[in-house]
Amino acid sequence: MDLTVLLVKGLIILVIFGITLLIATYSTYAERKVAGFLQDRLGPNRAGPFGLLQPIADAGKMFFKEDFIPAQASKWLFILGPCLAMLTALMSSAVIPFGDSIRFGEYTIPMQAIEINIGVLYIFGVVSLGVYGIMVGGWASNNKFSLLGAIRAASQNISYEIALGLSLIAILMMTGSLSLRAIVEEQATFFEWNVFTQPLGFIIFLTCAFAECNRTPFDLPECETELVGGYHTEYSSMKLGFYLFAEYINMFVSSAFISSLYFGGYHYPFMNAVHDALTGSMGEITGHNIATAIGTVVFFAKIFFFIFFFMWVRWTIPRFRYDQLMNLGWKTLIPLSILNVVVTGAGLLYDIKYTTWLIVVVMVVLAVMSSARAPKSQAAPQRA
Amino acid sequence: MQLTNRSKQVSNKEMTLAEKMYLPSIAQGLAITIKHFFMKKPTIQYPEVKRYLGPVFRGHHVLKRDEQGRERCTACGLCAVACPAEAISMIAAERKKGEENLYREEKYAAVYEINMLRCIFCGLCEEACPKQAIYLRHDRMVPVFQERDGIVYGKDKLVERMDDRYVRMNSEVKATPTEPSLTKAAT
Repeated sequence: MDLTVLLVKGLIILVIFGITLLIATYSTYAERKVAGFLQDRLGPNRAGPFGLLQPIADAGKMFFKEDFIPAQASKWLFILGPCLAMLTALMSSAVIPFGDSIRFGEYTIPMQAIEINIGVLYIFGVVSLGVYGIMVGGWASNNKFSLLGAIRAASQNISYEIALGLSLIAILMMTGSLSLRAIVEEQATFFEWNVFTQPLGFIIFLTCAFAECNRTPFDLPECETELVGGYHTEYSSMKLGFYLFAEYINMFVSSAFISSLYFGGYHYPFMNAVHDALTGSMGEITGHNIATAIGTVVFFAKIFFFIFFFMWVRWTIPRFRYDQLMNLGWKTLIPLSILNVVVTGAGLLYDIKYTTWLIVVVMVVLAVMSSARAPKSQAAPQRA
Repeated sequence: MQLTNRSKQVSNKEMTLAEKMYLPSIAQGLAITIKHFFMKKPTIQYPEVKRYLGPVFRGHHVLKRDEQGRERCTACGLCAVACPAEAISMIAAERKKGEENLYREEKYAAVYEINMLRCIFCGLCEEACPKQAIYLRHDRMVPVFQERDGIVYGKDKLVERMDDRYVRMNSEVKATPTEPSLTKAAT
């Protein structure tokens, strides 16, 4: 590897790191703003124009709060918890391809921190490490509610990781590679985006992603009505800030993951035509770089949509009860994803990509039939 | 007995498959919330935009003058008697010769003080006054206190100024802006 290549790589890593932090910061602002708008309010608008300085004010507040460690807490683990959460959250964005490639001179450098051929496995490993941050923090607090929250987080993440992995396997079967870049390249044309070939897998993956991020309707670990504050009850100051921040980074990473797995990453319709036009008019290298930049912008647009979707769902759906959560995970999502794998495999045997629509069609038919057969709900003659 | 026609009978029936899938009702819910996202927000940006509170709002006290600009108060003390919070105190004085254009009655309030920390803005002083001398303005609020001194309002703050006459049913007062535009108000 050449020194310049290393330099550019390092630059890309730093930029991705910075962008991750920036987006996580402004996700907190966006969350409050979106929450406000969905509830017919305006949201924060006092700090700076449109309240844009609000995250900085929040961070300042966090830093100046008392950094409290309970007397009975296990001190080092107590500190380790938020560190782990933050670390794993930041690590996972390393393998996501943010764009095609940059060319300069004779070099071609992919817009990605590290290109490894097991990118999906890497993300899975790091994400499942993330639960340790919560578990360690909750256990070290030496508080019943924190421990309960931590246990809930651990069992929920383990349960949903299975369905998450199984829904991914269908995609891996279609691509034949664990590399995220290969998966994105596979979805070059619009109707080959995995959301069209794997509609059921997408829904399962999305649901599990919500559960993995501990977002509503699966935010039982920090369920304030039952568990005070969940695993971060005892945390204050920037340690709490790290936990909250890690959640938003996770949200960003899973949005990026979803858009590269199911929505074609940096691909967009007619991108080849755009690429050819740009290279034709502005020269091979500049044109290619500009086309890459457009792809990256498109990718970020997809990410932002999913971040918005995460928030939109949060302010729409109430939290599941714990048994409902477990039922949904084990009795619905896992069997469905296994069925999805089987049907996809059968389709691949005959080179048909769209076989999973069969499951969707069958389910819709069944649902319509069952609701048609159900006894009509009495129009409740209440005027007695 | 029927209390409302919006009540729904609770039923414990088995859910159909469509209901068990959650997705249709989730989509319904998302549609409802996104509709609210684009709705006009009823928020009034308070310190910048103030809402018209109606002609019966009881705000800042004012000691009225009559049409010729003479103080109406005759220091009878009925307002102080009526005041449930005992916020009003006054010292009466006799009108001297040559002061006829300042005070309408032969006796007037040399000192008239309202303790704004005690006042509960009930408006009983206004009702008790036989001379229609004290009013609680509907168009102005007592500002928020920052310091402890200056809480007792004397005549300098209470007596109506000639360039700022107070009329209860002033229709011009209604012209307070009520709806902020989102772009400007968000600052």
